[in-house]
Amino acid sequence: MLTRGQRRTIALIVGLPLLLQVLFVWLPAIASIGLSFTDWNGVGGLGAIHVVGLENYANLATVDPAFWPAVFHNLVWLFVFLVVVMPLGMFLAVLLDRQLRGGWLYESALYLPLVLSFAVIGLIWELQYSPSDGLINGVLGTNHQGAIIDWLGDRRLNLGAVIVAAGWRHVGYVTLLYLAGLKTVDPTLREQAAIDGATEAQAFWRVVFPILRPINVVVVVITTIEALRAFDVVYVINRGLNGLELMSVLVVNNLLGEASRIGYGSAAATLLLVASIVPIAIFVRWALGREAP
Amino acid sequence: MAEPISRRRLLAGIAGVAGLSLAPGVFAACAGPSQTSGTSARASVAGTKPPTTVGSYYSDPVPRAAMQDVVDSFMASTGLKATLNTVDNASFQNGINAYLQGTPDDVFTWFAGNRMRFFAAQGLAGPLSDIWPQIKGNFSEGAQLAATAADGKPYVVPFHTYPWVVLHRKSVWERHGYETPATFDELVALAQRMQTDGFVPFAFADKDGWPAMGTFDILDLRLNGYEFHLGLATGRETWTDARVRDVFDAWHRLLPLHQQGALGRTWQEAAKSLVNGEAGMYFVGTFAGEQTDEAGRDDLEMFAFPPAGTQFDAEKSMDAPINGFMLSRAPASPDVAKAFLAYVAGGEAQTMYVTANPNRIALAKDADTSGYTNYQHKMADAIGGAGRLTQFLDRDSRPDFTGPQGMQRFLQDFLADPGQDLDAYLGRIQAFWDSLP
Repeated sequence: MLTRGQRRTIALIVGLPLLLQVLFVWLPAIASIGLSFTDWNGVGGLGAIHVVGLENYANLATVDPAFWPAVFHNLVWLFVFLVVVMPLGMFLAVLLDRQLRGGWLYESALYLPLVLSFAVIGLIWELQYSPSDGLINGVLGTNHQGAIIDWLGDRRLNLGAVIVAAGWRHVGYVTLLYLAGLKTVDPTLREQAAIDGATEAQAFWRVVFPILRPINVVVVVITTIEALRAFDVVYVINRGLNGLELMSVLVVNNLLGEASRIGYGSAAATLLLVASIVPIAIFVRWALGREAP
Repeated sequence: MAEPISRRRLLAGIAGVAGLSLAPGVFAACAGPSQTSGTSARASVAGTKPPTTVGSYYSDPVPRAAMQDVVDSFMASTGLKATLNTVDNASFQNGINAYLQGTPDDVFTWFAGNRMRFFAAQGLAGPLSDIWPQIKGNFSEGAQLAATAADGKPYVVPFHTYPWVVLHRKSVWERHGYETPATFDELVALAQRMQTDGFVPFAFADKDGWPAMGTFDILDLRLNGYEFHLGLATGRETWTDARVRDVFDAWHRLLPLHQQGALGRTWQEAAKSLVNGEAGMYFVGTFAGEQTDEAGRDDLEMFAFPPAGTQFDAEKSMDAPINGFMLSRAPASPDVAKAFLAYVAGGEAQTMYVTANPNRIALAKDADTSGYTNYQHKMADAIGGAGRLTQFLDRDSRPDFTGPQGMQRFLQDFLADPGQDLDAYLGRIQAFWDSLP
């Protein structure tokens, strides 16, 4: 039985964050969902808000030339992050865990981009990718008329170029998380596996990897969130136009400026909210559910 | 036209937009530029006329200091008080809606044309009818028209301007014996000659989405005329009209003479390729002179886009956007605010500003132009030679249509694939216009 004081403490510990969460996260989110059924432009009070039903959603799906590209680009981003960046980060963590000579050098090189915000990442890579003045075209000798590779302007290239920039940062994050996980694995388990005749690969996949499952869940969730909330890099580079459309940009570009389409942007925000919450909720439930005996 | 925004300012602006994706209502409530210094100043003065406040987006060091000089000399010459509240440029423009609905400064910096009319129509700005009779004579008819809203009342005090022209370097042209083309065909012939001489004929950039509107504007003005252009911008004409197609067809023919990789290049980089002699010409606003020094600007020549052989050549239309000052809807100190607006309508204040920022010229007729640089004299001549002045597509049309989700994107679509089915393309533009509330 809990004492009254304990109960009061628990109520405070649970209640206060809950209150803040409701006030600053759920109420605005619900307000966004409500506004998504209106054509409000941000001017005037409640009286100026006209309900237009599902028109914003219909226009997103049928008229807005940015919507389907945005959805597709977010999916590409997610796919590359999960299938390329995440395994690469894990692989680098395994290498670093082997106490390589000069490992600190590799570690710092991998973690360095982590301290930079995505806005700064965008700025740095923008300078590398610039058509006439950038480092990459300079090195390749493709910086003059007739030979220019337009890394950020050509729609066949720019999404890939930007995902490389974002992945450059994210891979360090994944490595850091896995390395922390690997440090917690009891070394005697590997010794045991080696004595039993397991190869190194077998020891990793059969013994170490299952132990890392909580880390895997965290990394998958973080990677998914990073891919869906991707915004700053493309916004710095070209405000998310011309092949760099993303859902987050669609939201912001419609909300900002003097003729903000609050209702329309809210419809895009609502779709992004649903797209973020539903798969993550299902995945976490599934992953944690498996863990319970 | 969007004011050119530097990377630094864009970064600062991002701090203001991060994390708002799910909460537009909350954002609207807090995005307005801070008012603290203005309100405290208002409260502290009693008895005499309370000071007015001026909200300014001139946040780069040079314009910011010039604006402070203007405010200081207003106080010195009138004995009245004014406080300048400068806000980062991108934040100011992005948050303008919430700012004007909150507690805005008495006077704020803004743009003439439809960007002003949008707020005038929603009652978010105050008309200048009281002071207009005494100041309007100081402006050309075109500037007066650009300062007037749909209700027939004036809302903007025109402050400074610049023309969209073909810029080139005198020294480079002399070396190669190039001469100013008198017609569109001569312009094309010259560009082709430049190409064989190893130049990029036209520097070009549209990474930021808005610079290509300048090219669209001038081609439409030359081929279809002033009335049609403004009709298109305001919805009286449709984008599926065959005349709009003519514009894109003409543009398509010119594109091979333009710099490659425009969608990945900023106007600053394109201006640099003109300055360093890689490109022979650049059709751009004269703000591009910011990319070189005074000696470099001295070497820059300019001419209006040549006539295209249509009946509209005689209009001599040109984009020359006007920046100015507006009055907020409920100023705390209206008399002082209006005195300030009357002051900035005069030559003294405007001369002070354009001396500090020599990529702009004054609009007041009594401005002292004797201190103008050669570059500024050429700008004044170019505008003086124009018959009809337009403000730039994103100042002549409705802002949600010309924003990043609208025409900026559509023009980039065209530049990415100029050979696409233009009828379908123009149909998408019209469908977007029709979908706006």
